[in-house]
Amino acid sequence: MLKIITSVIGRDLKLAMRRQADIVSAVFFFVIVVSLFPLGIGPEPDLLRKLAPGVLWVAALLATMLSLPRLFADDHRDGTLEQLALAPHPLGLVVTGKVIAHWLVSGLPLALIAPVLGIQFDLSTDALIVLTGAILLGTPALSGIGAIGAALTLGLRGGGVLLSLLVLPLYIPVLIFGAGAVDATVSGLGGEGHLSLLAAITFASLGFAPWASAAALKIALE
Amino acid sequence: MLEADNLECVRGERRLFAGLNFKLEAGELLYLQGRNGAGKTSLLRMLIGLLPPEAGEIRWKGQPIKSDDFRADLCYLGHLNAIKEELTPLENLLASACLADEELSEDDALDALEQVGLAGREDLACKYLSQGQKRRVALARLVKEKRPLWILDEPFVALDVAAVDWLAGIISGHLQRGGLAVMTTHQLVNIPAGTVRELRLG
Amino acid sequence: MKDRFNLYRFASPVTFYPLAGALIPWFVALSVVFGLAGLYLGMLVAPTDFQQGEGYRIIFIHVPASWMSMFIYLVMAGWAAIGLAFNTRLSGMMAHALAPTGALMAFLSLWTGALWGKPMWGAWWVWDARLTSELILLFLYIGYMALTAAIDDTKRADKAGGLLLLVGVVNVPIIYFSVKWWNTLHQGSSVNLTKSSMAQTMLWGMLLMAMCFWMYSIAVALMRARTIMLERERNTDWVKAVLAENSEGAAK
Repeated sequence: MLKIITSVIGRDLKLAMRRQADIVSAVFFFVIVVSLFPLGIGPEPDLLRKLAPGVLWVAALLATMLSLPRLFADDHRDGTLEQLALAPHPLGLVVTGKVIAHWLVSGLPLALIAPVLGIQFDLSTDALIVLTGAILLGTPALSGIGAIGAALTLGLRGGGVLLSLLVLPLYIPVLIFGAGAVDATVSGLGGEGHLSLLAAITFASLGFAPWASAAALKIALE
Repeated sequence: MLEADNLECVRGERRLFAGLNFKLEAGELLYLQGRNGAGKTSLLRMLIGLLPPEAGEIRWKGQPIKSDDFRADLCYLGHLNAIKEELTPLENLLASACLADEELSEDDALDALEQVGLAGREDLACKYLSQGQKRRVALARLVKEKRPLWILDEPFVALDVAAVDWLAGIISGHLQRGGLAVMTTHQLVNIPAGTVRELRLG
Repeated sequence: MKDRFNLYRFASPVTFYPLAGALIPWFVALSVVFGLAGLYLGMLVAPTDFQQGEGYRIIFIHVPASWMSMFIYLVMAGWAAIGLAFNTRLSGMMAHALAPTGALMAFLSLWTGALWGKPMWGAWWVWDARLTSELILLFLYIGYMALTAAIDDTKRADKAGGLLLLVGVVNVPIIYFSVKWWNTLHQGSSVNLTKSSMAQTMLWGMLLMAMCFWMYSIAVALMRARTIMLERERNTDWVKAVLAENSEGAAK
């Protein structure tokens, strides 16, 4: 069971490494969107500090959306997805591997670059640590829930836009608790409560989403 | 071994076929024939379990084909090659064997690639290969394939004469070992072994 | 052979179509009766609120619309579950038929909420937990309708839409809880929409209006389901028979 997950992760990472441009452009999208906000709202440090958690998180949601349409589309186009669906293990495990691989190349880089962007918004060290932790904890849920949307919209016209329409409302809890954790730290309340709820959402969605995505993939493959 | 019982197929609003029955035993080959749009590919997708039939049932070794056990016995080659452009032929072969839970050593994989005439191109990314060569990468999977049921969608398309003969030899070897095969094709290729059955749709 | 086969396979729509046709007038009539009674109670009998004046009377639309918008989503998810479990054709049609009404209810609830909010809070929109949840519910309805509209194959559309509804229904409580948490954190206390000491007549008025909306929803959903049936099964004999009958009736 673990073997199939690791071999899917290995394969997807290898493919991602041969197409690094995709990872890099998603990260740069994140950087650019976040950097635009001070230009739009002015450079007052107090205001920026207040807005930072929300801005960073919304940008992270959007950056994740960028890479989602390709999560299954490439495999679908070249026929690999059929082979994965026909492999002698549950498809949910394969999807779990793909979700983890997606997080490694989309969520993890965002978490690594987020503290640098947080400095631009004059966040304190504590807030930066919580921000990084929150993005680390929350982005796996984004990959998981996003996988359901990617599977449902597989092969449809305008799938990318439709995908955002389906998935973004489902991202709201992650946004609220993720940004809330940083907010609470900034205002001195402590972000532990938010972080544990975020962790709960991530574990629940990693357990549940791959199976829902697998069901959606089977519908799409009919 | 493989039984289809009263199958019915509806795509969109059209009923492609109904009341379809057949039985295939070890060492037998089933040729699916019919004009374009007669439902050949749909039938194959039913046989591999991706498309649930409108009515009827398919059984493998007496059991409905819903189980993981069935898929452990199944090798499917679609009209898409299922190879990754970014990976080399060798990596593609090893990766697909790994995902299908099969043992395939690197030497075996190299040997298979040599047999399909790709010696010397093992380490070239597949995007640099021609259509026919990509098809050969996909077909190389069959060389070491031990699973008993092969379902092949148009395996001879895009192959030159020599490759067609080679593939016919591979399939007949599979039948001689007691394997089963179902395939669609427009060109009738003489498979030199096993019992050949034909099924015409439409 | 072909006739028997069709009759067997389309058994449920064949029986459902005339049944729905017979039921629709009753639901329309009930909706009108409940609506008139509810409006009478709400507009004429219910006392003027000592704090909010006459403007509060919009809750006789607002609250039932919110209830219905949530209830319809649950009903759709229920149909979706039946459809995915038993592969029945009717369930996809019903979910499909209910969606626009559900979205309309969510929209009505937001609209009347804004109309109510202006005199009460001095703003058209307040990020109140309930209003925000209602907005997200509207997004979920739109997502469902966009997904099913984008898929040409109706069978796949039904299944994919059904799966989305189930995913949505699992998420709705989580979303509601998170929005509530967010709201209490940012506003201190949530704005209280309904007075705890509600007059008995107000409650009755609201219940009657809810019944009116409920009956209305059933009636339009059935009408829409009948149209969907005709459209999807236009190549079957029973639809041809129905259409022939209708055009004969029109000719006379």
